[in-house]
Amino acid sequence: MGLTKNSTGLNAVDTGLDLKKFLPEDKVIALAGNPNVGKSTVFNNLTGLNQHTGNWPGKTVASAQGVCRHNGKNFILVDLPGTYSLMPHSAEEEVARDFMCFGSPDAAIVVCDATCLERNLNLVLQALEITPNVVVCVNLLDEAKRKNIHIDLDMLSLRLGVPVIGTIARKKGSLNRLMQAVDTLIEKGGNGKPYQVKYDEHIEEAVGLLAPLIEGKFGSKINPRWLALRLLEDDRALSEPLSKFLEVDVFEDREIMQQLNLAWQRLEQGGITKENLRDRIVCALVLTAEKICKGVITYDKNTYNSRDRKIDKLLTSKSTGFPIMILMLMVVFWITISGANYPSQALAILLFWGQDRLTDLFKYLGAPEWLHGAVVLGVYRVMAWVVSVMLPPMAIFFPMFTLLEDLGYLPRVAFNLDKYFKKCSACGKQALTMAMGFGCNAAGIVGCRIIDSPRERLIAILTNNFVPCNGRFPTLIAILTMFFVGTAAGLFQSALSAVLLTLVIILGVVMTFAVSKILSLTILKGVPSSFALELPPYRKPQIGKVIVRSIFDRTLFVLGRAVVVAAPAGLVIWLMANITVGDYTLLAHCSNVLDPFGRLLGMDGVILLAFILGFPANEIVIPIIIMSYMATGTLVELEDLSSLRQLLADNGWTWITAVSTMLFSLFHWPCSTTCLTIRKETGSLKWTAISMAVPTLVGLVVCFIFANIARLFL
Amino acid sequence: MNEKSLNELNAGQTARVKKLLLTGSMRRRLQDIGLIEGTEVECLQKSPGGDPVAYLIRGAVIALRSEDSSKVLVI
Repeated sequence: MGLTKNSTGLNAVDTGLDLKKFLPEDKVIALAGNPNVGKSTVFNNLTGLNQHTGNWPGKTVASAQGVCRHNGKNFILVDLPGTYSLMPHSAEEEVARDFMCFGSPDAAIVVCDATCLERNLNLVLQALEITPNVVVCVNLLDEAKRKNIHIDLDMLSLRLGVPVIGTIARKKGSLNRLMQAVDTLIEKGGNGKPYQVKYDEHIEEAVGLLAPLIEGKFGSKINPRWLALRLLEDDRALSEPLSKFLEVDVFEDREIMQQLNLAWQRLEQGGITKENLRDRIVCALVLTAEKICKGVITYDKNTYNSRDRKIDKLLTSKSTGFPIMILMLMVVFWITISGANYPSQALAILLFWGQDRLTDLFKYLGAPEWLHGAVVLGVYRVMAWVVSVMLPPMAIFFPMFTLLEDLGYLPRVAFNLDKYFKKCSACGKQALTMAMGFGCNAAGIVGCRIIDSPRERLIAILTNNFVPCNGRFPTLIAILTMFFVGTAAGLFQSALSAVLLTLVIILGVVMTFAVSKILSLTILKGVPSSFALELPPYRKPQIGKVIVRSIFDRTLFVLGRAVVVAAPAGLVIWLMANITVGDYTLLAHCSNVLDPFGRLLGMDGVILLAFILGFPANEIVIPIIIMSYMATGTLVELEDLSSLRQLLADNGWTWITAVSTMLFSLFHWPCSTTCLTIRKETGSLKWTAISMAVPTLVGLVVCFIFANIARLFL
Repeated sequence: MNEKSLNELNAGQTARVKKLLLTGSMRRRLQDIGLIEGTEVECLQKSPGGDPVAYLIRGAVIALRSEDSSKVLVI
């Protein structure tokens, strides 16, 4: 559920498919299925891992693997990206197809959505063409039951000739039966001869010309019928992975090519061209699925999805769609802000009490002053700030975001906003990647894989940083609260903060549209491509589990980052503030150099320096600002936001500084993790550089204009 | 009944696919989700901006832009 520490940050990028077997007798199981059928939930529950799950199609964009122990044996499960077909037309579908065909799994589990079984069978039938060793997992049985859909699993199994197991992936017991079926299947050496789709007689004849020849050449290495069909389709994209797998290029094999030409001639005589061959193949698959389902599925057609339609009317209609979207955002922020207030103060008091005790300890041990300074005033204090100011909002925002995600709201947002993305020649699914960006921009960048058009995908990657990630929220919240709302913790104050924060986010979204438009008129010219977005059924999130898990997960994540990033940053800042070159400290030198530039942008040298030093992680920007001001003299006791506000005001902050800092926080270079992710995802230094330059340029321009206009009115 | 394109349907109306005029990957994508000749499609709801529109196709709700749905002929 939700983004996890495994799916954010650098871990968001997969490492390719190096299968890690522990023992040679370990079995490899592919986990395939349509998008959003609960594959990742099945995977997580079987392996005990924590893959990102959520109720929208396309969120697993890379393969993950994990081990499931069953009957004392190891099963290596490979969670493949969701696909509608094994005749791929996108990168992620190719990943799934390649693994099914060339990864040589010992068996494949095809996970199906019980509420939409007929369409899912299409994929099952294609899987059966590749390998007979398939176990069909009909998932989401509970949802089907609620919608009065009844499925005769035994009859389905009989018709397909493979085991069919009904599951409720959230309940572990039903998954045991699934693994039992997989185990039994492998033990008895396969399914024998399962159901095969029959095509038109002309196609069957053409397959008949090729299949025996292929079988003679490659034996049981590859399903001859499947390869014959792909050759007839002239699927050249298959050439590379196929050559690698068979260690010979089929498209260069003279005998096969001769026979293929003969087969094509036969097809043509039957009125089938290369162009409409695929139409016929797909139609045969769809109609076969329809035929198999007759009598297997019974449902009350008129009422089974009326509840979802009613919610959709509310969430996506002309009059209520946008107001609810904005309201929802505000409520989430309001809960975040008001909920974070108390724990933030409590943590601050506790951690700074801890600082005093550490100081006592250092004194007691007679440690030299520089050591105390570096460790306690440097490393410890920045960590304390990160934990007390940044952690609570992050830990509260995250589970709420996850709940909305699990509910199935995000695709509706994409549905609502698509028209405007189209106007910018971009893709509505960009809204999904932006929503991911709220959690972590690096995860958002990886999520851009769901966008098929490379041009639109690049636009989404270049603009993802306009959505403030979880690490930047608390910065915005803290500044808003200090300068525009007042630090008294009242209902009105927190509501006002939420409204203002929503406006900031809307500004980021507007900028996303503007920059997308500019990009598609300049360096990424093009017209909007086709768009098909599935709006999944609403699902009731497991509220308790989500909250516990994601708070736990977030807390660990932030604490981990605090140690890895904030600690060295604290040391650097302390050193800079205490090493003197000439008459000034290093810190003063740096901030003096940056100062004129910072002032031009409505900020000062220290703030700019903090953004630069905050490159590894945005969480440390505010703590660095505080540290720098404190190091340059007036050492005050900081226990809450109001004394923090005093510190900032003493250092020359006005409302213009506050707004400029917020604007720059919203619009500046992505953090280092995000940059590395962009590098990996685009495979290009040029686009990485551009993705850093674009938001920075926007930030410089926006801050410059704002600060100079605002000063006229001051 | 007259032949028209999918984007001319109003919310609540149902029609059967007569022909796909789409080409390339969008044609394949729609075929993969089961939109072929003879498939019944129900127009569910327009988005707040009027486009895209959500359709019920073989039990799944799929949003399509008018550029694409205008290339699906239905009766």
